[in-house]
Amino acid sequence: MCGIVGLLVKRDELRDQLGQLVTPMLDCMGTRGPDSAGLAVFHEPVAESHRRFGLFSPQFGFDWPQFHQRFVRDTGSDGVIRCIDSHATETATIAVNDFKEWLKDTYPNVHLISVGRAIEMYKDEGHPGEIAARFHFSELTGTHAVGHTRMATESAISPAHAHPYTAGEDFCLVHNGSLSNPYSIRRKLERRGIVFETDNDTEAGCRFLEWRMREGDTLEQAIETSFDELDGFFTFLMATDDRMVLVRDAFACKPAVVAETDDYVAVSSEFRSLAHLPNINAANVFEPAPEQIYSWTL
Amino acid sequence: MARALQLDLAKLSVREVNQFLHDELSASGADRIEILNPDGNHSIAAGLDADVVIDILGHAGYFTAGMNKRASVTIHGNAGWSVAENIMSGVVRVKGFASESAGASGHGGLVIIEGDASSRCGISMKGCDIVVGGSVGHFSAFMAQAGTLVVCGDAGPNLGDSIYEATIYVRGKIHSLGADAQEEELKGTDVEHISHLLAAAEIDGDAREFKRIASARKLYHWNAEAHQEY
Repeated sequence: MCGIVGLLVKRDELRDQLGQLVTPMLDCMGTRGPDSAGLAVFHEPVAESHRRFGLFSPQFGFDWPQFHQRFVRDTGSDGVIRCIDSHATETATIAVNDFKEWLKDTYPNVHLISVGRAIEMYKDEGHPGEIAARFHFSELTGTHAVGHTRMATESAISPAHAHPYTAGEDFCLVHNGSLSNPYSIRRKLERRGIVFETDNDTEAGCRFLEWRMREGDTLEQAIETSFDELDGFFTFLMATDDRMVLVRDAFACKPAVVAETDDYVAVSSEFRSLAHLPNINAANVFEPAPEQIYSWTL
Repeated sequence: MARALQLDLAKLSVREVNQFLHDELSASGADRIEILNPDGNHSIAAGLDADVVIDILGHAGYFTAGMNKRASVTIHGNAGWSVAENIMSGVVRVKGFASESAGASGHGGLVIIEGDASSRCGISMKGCDIVVGGSVGHFSAFMAQAGTLVVCGDAGPNLGDSIYEATIYVRGKIHSLGADAQEEELKGTDVEHISHLLAAAEIDGDAREFKRIASARKLYHWNAEAHQEY
């Protein structure tokens, strides 16, 4: 089944409340996806020279301060680490590939789950409500957030199989549905040197779209191409540093509902998870049509 | 008219509300119920079998008024998937839009969607009538067996795919017809039937402006020489 949620706030004053507003949305969709969950939050981008590296360690009680010291010592980069439980965000001035090399050599068991100037990422196994509490989602601030609650159907339950998936920088995707040709997509991309981290179908969709964008497509063009190339069912909710984009496949058998006011745009699998939002009764509520691309920019 | 009995879903669970409607309604003497704060919850007022008027004040979730018998249920907002699914009799009205599969498998009674209904509206309907004030999405009346679907707006792709003996009337544009669905001549009896349903639904419209869609009945018998092309 799976649940998807997304919230983009239009007024700067609401940025402080982003986590507070999106957390009940995610928790409510726990009924659609109780086995794992994740949330990507987007902030004002850091300076062009900087990157936020989202990190996950499967090792209980992993020593993030020591990780940070080692990173600064080995690379000579400045950096700030924000860590919570199994996750950390290292914000530093270092080339992305240099960071990846250093991480692979020094901490091969620590996973890089997001890269960008705006994105911050959390995803793990467990009930969405429990994960939201563990990582204090309600305290998160930012411009927009995209989340997912997973009911695994086609690959294992693990933190790496939880959504959102990322590819490239400041791009993430959550998926309700299932793709039936992820392996042919994967083989096509692997021949072009694109590396996969899991056997999950959504990762194939995410990397496909990001590859198209690197080839020069806009996200809209990439999505149009995906209508022909991706076989299966999907409601995709995507985010970049400055927008949130929603699309459903031609059959539209995976739900989505949108509520828009002057203050925010909220997307969810079910209206139920939007009912707590301020002024929801005055919102323009609609169901997105099949194969139509909806995009909201900050 | 007596004041309506109010049931508040901010204070009661859907199960408590439905159990009251199933088991305690007649003893309560209430014939009009208002359900407050539906907040998109699922299965509100499902499985009713009583002569009662129910107003759901807000947006409702999936399966609202499913399996309805005799009751008259109005949703003063939008409805989620499968509103009035398997309706047996009575009336279910949605003031806003309805999500997928509205009136699915309905055997009898009347379903009214004042706004748009999305895809698969009236899928496998078995005798109910559905009147949609707006448009319907793809694969509406898919495998519909009996009853009538009236669409005042447009119809999406594959309308009436694999339809049996149900009838579809569309006033607006039809994106495409599904396999074995065909447009037929609109006769006097059709105009009367549409007028009757529009009046029952309290939706304005000139019945003569509609197109009639029904089964070409070519799928009734397997034809090996058709090579799956119908």
